[in-house]
Amino acid sequence: MGRIEAVTAMNEFLIMSAAGFVAGAASSLGLGGGGILLLYLTLFANVEQLRAQGINLIFFIPCAVVALVMHAKENRIDFRAAMFLGGFGLIGAVGGYFLSGVIGGEWLSKIFGAYMLLLGAKELFFTPKAEKKAASDTSSVDR
Amino acid sequence: MLNYTVIYSAKGGIFNMNRKKKILGGVGIGLANGLLGSGGGMIAVPVLRHEMDSSKAVHATSIAVIAPLCLFSAAISLWGGRVALSDALPYIPAGVIGAVAGCLLMNKISGNLLRRIFGAFAIWAGLRLLLR
Repeated sequence: MGRIEAVTAMNEFLIMSAAGFVAGAASSLGLGGGGILLLYLTLFANVEQLRAQGINLIFFIPCAVVALVMHAKENRIDFRAAMFLGGFGLIGAVGGYFLSGVIGGEWLSKIFGAYMLLLGAKELFFTPKAEKKAASDTSSVDR
Repeated sequence: MLNYTVIYSAKGGIFNMNRKKKILGGVGIGLANGLLGSGGGMIAVPVLRHEMDSSKAVHATSIAVIAPLCLFSAAISLWGGRVALSDALPYIPAGVIGAVAGCLLMNKISGNLLRRIFGAFAIWAGLRLLLR
């Protein structure tokens, strides 16, 4: 391998690592980090959409395992709620798999987009009562 | 051992929430994850918000909700030949380091700041979906 190729390969690895690092950090904060890797893959690395989604899913699993172990040590995870929602989520996932052939993802992604805008505005501009209470009550443990 | 009194400070936990809402929320999370490839976690956040007060617990638990769904979807994608394990491999080492950094960062920031960062992310994701 020539020097220029070696430098190019090194650069490519650094950029991939940077994308992975940011996406991993956002994932473990529960911010929907998948969007970041997906954006990098489709816009900058020119990976086709379905393959990019697959890469994103595989990528998330080791990141999630590490994040879950660390968050569990801090008592941040309610595994009962996760199992309940995850169980019904699996039914939805199977349904989604079959539906994806019948209805296009087009209108669904628009509904989802509108919902994300509303949710984002709510989280950004309104503070729930409990959070205000936690902020003023210094004796409470914020986990 | 989990300290449930911390997680459920006021609302009494998942078994006190309206059952229909919980089931609908769970199915919705799976549908979004299955149809859009990602985004289940973003739906899990408002569903979990009904059950717990701490933003940090909400966001951490959302990872536990979607991890099995992602495992399921990843298996289908691999099985159907949409993607190979080696495609994802170059991103994983840095991703795992990033995940550790994210967890440590969560120790440093307040739940309120976490909620606002998520809000900005959700608006960004919403705009991308509406404008693409």
